[in-house]
Amino acid sequence: MKWAMVAIIVGTTAFADLLQSFEMKRHAVPAEELRPDRWARVLGDFARRLPLVAAVFLMAISFFAFMKLLSMADLSFAVPVTAASVVLETLLARLLLGESVSALRWAGVFSVACGVALLAM
Amino acid sequence: MPENAVETAMPAVRRVDLKVKLLTVFVVLTNVIGNLAMSWGMKHQNTDLGLSPLPYIRLIFSPWVLLGTTLLIFWLLSRMTLLGWADLSYVLPVTSIGYVLNAVLGRIVFSEAISWQRWAGTAAIVVGIVLVGMTAANTTTSGSEDPAR
Repeated sequence: MKWAMVAIIVGTTAFADLLQSFEMKRHAVPAEELRPDRWARVLGDFARRLPLVAAVFLMAISFFAFMKLLSMADLSFAVPVTAASVVLETLLARLLLGESVSALRWAGVFSVACGVALLAM
Repeated sequence: MPENAVETAMPAVRRVDLKVKLLTVFVVLTNVIGNLAMSWGMKHQNTDLGLSPLPYIRLIFSPWVLLGTTLLIFWLLSRMTLLGWADLSYVLPVTSIGYVLNAVLGRIVFSEAISWQRWAGTAAIVVGIVLVGMTAANTTTSGSEDPAR
């Protein structure tokens, strides 16, 4: 049950992140829009963008699975183990989003992934 | 590019870089404190959680879980904004410092045991973050004007 929750969290998180990155790169929020008096407008804009709505739906599934996992495991296990999606998402970011992943960035990503594996032991 | 153009472009690049880093700090803090509040709320709940969504919905309105949820909503929105300014393959590892902070706070607040493997894992994550932090935040072309400027 614990690992089933981890699988659900990793899968839904990966697809949600890809959708968000794809959509936010198309129409990024300018820095001047981050003022508190413009938050409602930014939020309204997010709510009208289908890929972001789909991403939030996937994240909601991930969120409830994470709540279930927290009730079964330590915080210091639950949070790092869900970071297993880092390598998968980096690969998908390169293949699907066209990001340039240099050797240095790959080294960093693998170091993070190894760290996550050690934390989950 | 003329030499003076390079010189005038440098402060703008640094300004963009600073904004990306400041937003990254906000994303990490809302995530870490949000997770901590959620975990505190979940560990002090008396409901037996099954697969039905109703107990989860009731639990969302308990104070600590509500605080955690609110912070995680801020985390979600600020992270979406950050993803428009920087690569996914940059944001993911760099915001992983949150995992380290969660592990440390888990030990301090909940007295959760942290073995030497977990400390080694923490060190590897920090090294990874430093390596990724040395690369350019945005490698894709998303319009002529950088939105973080």
